Amino acid sequence: MFRVIASKMIVPNMHLLTLAAPAVAREAKPGQFVILRAEEEGERVPLSLSDWDAQSGTITVVFMSIGSTTGRLALLAPGASIPTVVGPLGNATEIENYGTVVCVCGCYGIGSIFPIARALKRKGNRVITIMEARSSYLFYWEERLEAVSDKIIHITRDGTKGHRGHAGRLPEILRGLEEPVDRIIVNGCTFLMKRTSDETRPLGVKTMVSLNPIMIDGTGMCGVCRVTVGSVTRFACVHGPDFDGHQVDWEELLQRRKTYMPEEVVPLRTSRCEERHLRSQEGKS
Amino acid sequence: MSESEKKKYDLRRREMPKQPPEVRRYNFSEVALGYSVESAVEEAKRCIQCKKPLCIPMCPVEINIPAFIKSIAERDFVGAVRILKDKNCLPAVCGRVCPQEEQCEKTCIFHKKGGQIAIGRLERFLADWEAQQRELEMPEILPSSGRKIAVVGGGPAGLTVAGDLIKLGHKVTVFEALHRMGGVLIYGIPEFRLPKVIVTREVEYLRKLGVELVTDFVVGKTRTIDSILEEFDAVFVGSGAGLPWFMEIPGENLNGVYSANEYLTRLNLMKGFLFPKYHTPVKSHLRVAVVGGGNVAMDCARSALRLGAESRIIYRRSREELPARLEEVENAEEEGVIFDFLTLPLRYIGDENGWVKAIECQKMELGEPDASGRRKPIPIEGSEVTYPLDAVVCAIGNSPNPLIGATTPGLKIGKKGNIEADEKTGATSREKVWAGGDVVTGAATVILAMGAGRFAARSIHEYLCSL
Repeated sequence: MFRVIASKMIVPNMHLLTLAAPAVAREAKPGQFVILRAEEEGERVPLSLSDWDAQSGTITVVFMSIGSTTGRLALLAPGASIPTVVGPLGNATEIENYGTVVCVCGCYGIGSIFPIARALKRKGNRVITIMEARSSYLFYWEERLEAVSDKIIHITRDGTKGHRGHAGRLPEILRGLEEPVDRIIVNGCTFLMKRTSDETRPLGVKTMVSLNPIMIDGTGMCGVCRVTVGSVTRFACVHGPDFDGHQVDWEELLQRRKTYMPEEVVPLRTSRCEERHLRSQEGKS
Repeated sequence: MSESEKKKYDLRRREMPKQPPEVRRYNFSEVALGYSVESAVEEAKRCIQCKKPLCIPMCPVEINIPAFIKSIAERDFVGAVRILKDKNCLPAVCGRVCPQEEQCEKTCIFHKKGGQIAIGRLERFLADWEAQQRELEMPEILPSSGRKIAVVGGGPAGLTVAGDLIKLGHKVTVFEALHRMGGVLIYGIPEFRLPKVIVTREVEYLRKLGVELVTDFVVGKTRTIDSILEEFDAVFVGSGAGLPWFMEIPGENLNGVYSANEYLTRLNLMKGFLFPKYHTPVKSHLRVAVVGGGNVAMDCARSALRLGAESRIIYRRSREELPARLEEVENAEEEGVIFDFLTLPLRYIGDENGWVKAIECQKMELGEPDASGRRKPIPIEGSEVTYPLDAVVCAIGNSPNPLIGATTPGLKIGKKGNIEADEKTGATSREKVWAGGDVVTGAATVILAMGAGRFAARSIHEYLCSL
């Protein structure tokens, strides 16, 4: 069992979970993910690592409460335990001295891009972080990102902070920078990654994305996470999760992510009374 | 044998009762129900105790088959279990999923007359009999050698190595990537063929023997082999199956196209058939096609049937060439799985939302035998057929798991991504590292993985004693 060290909602619907997982913390690298199970009957969900501390043996994930499992994870209190934390999975994000790197992040990606920006900065890159959200109140970890970035730029859809709009504003923002950009790294929802890749393709700047398809085992066995990259089928869990955003078949990824949308809401619709009843019956037999 | 002798022999294999097909196709409970004590004793009495038994050499784990059968015939079940478990730490599993018809039972002296002793059923009977007893008899464990072995992968190969080495006095830790021990026995083989309580029982037995079992630990990711070797004297790698193969035909990434691994893992490991009590969803499909002809394909097709779908197998050769066990093919046929032989999928056709809605196939005919000795299927021009479906399960095999190879410098990897290991000893190109099972051979059977584990354990023991 893996103990919950900290659990809180950092902005509306966005949750932070710190777990004791020393073996994972020891090996974690930027861009990797873990698979969690919230309870014995639980499904396995992949979440990107947002931070870790090898000394204290803890890892931190940031996620949006969006379905039944993330809902359960969000309700965990410090001191509780969950049955599975396995990782670090996937390949680490490539970190070199590229020159100037723009980190584009939104949603849970604001958390997961933090260790990437930190590592890029340590390698001597000039790091420009572009944070995207619907509204200014959905930004978090701004101080942490400021500490590892040379510049922070905000985009909000309602214009409450920084530029008004969405990833469509990127070309103009990038043109406005005083230096040429050598690499772009995007973490966040599929839409943000797709849109950013679409916008940067004409600019010819290498754009790396961290894909988030459905996964089960996360070790290359089940194949549900397959994505088409450069017209070849790749498994995001072992070949990724980072891929060249200009090569990804985004329509296919968006459609594959929807596979279980109807089922996802089934546990939310039920009262769970029946479940409790079944459990009490099991206890008796 | 003379006429008078022949008469003495009882060539009637005792039948093992099964759930009737029309009942079992609607449930996930075990199909075969096992021998009663009386049937088992009767069956055991048929064995003539050959002086030079031909069954033993056919057993990958070298069970003394005539000896345990003799004990059953004498109703000495305790003694029989002891003989069985001396060589096989997973008898309840092997009694169910071993292809006995290709191994021990094939060379039985009665085989030619069709009356071979039902060795598998007797093995299963004994294991189940033992499970019903209040106290398990614990085997002798040699005094501690002070040596530590790490086993990578809690499947059949790894569990065999663990069972063998713990009895020899070594300290054994098994690292399993998933959240439950058992490997393919847990994630792959369905409940109706191998109930998970049985796997759990066999795993618990190893725990009682003192094997340390660590789940949620991906060797190669959570910790490398090199790091493990700083703490352990030897490592056995039995990390099993890896990336599932697809046919590389159009439409394979449509929604509703699964690998067999995904389809079975959702059902078995994650218990998706109990959704939403268990949280991993499984789709209710109406028409499912399973591509392939092996045991895994049968498992998928029969699972689909139990989930309420019309279920068919699409196989490019004929019934003769099916690699699945005959017993499983017959079970599938009885339950109502449709077989489309001599049929090759060409492409999958999707609807406007990216869901598979039809399959286009080509009919085949058999030509000359190919490298595998089976007659090669040749496409018949102009024989394309298209029919509607809403799910496809691709059960055409998988390559070995790549994680260990990619993170272990100096470990020799073969052309197919398999770890290269000595056939007799499991020794790899790296000192202190042994390997066996699917990660070496590619997809094979449970018992072959166990056999590889047995040989590797012997070699590891010799090495540890030489230190």
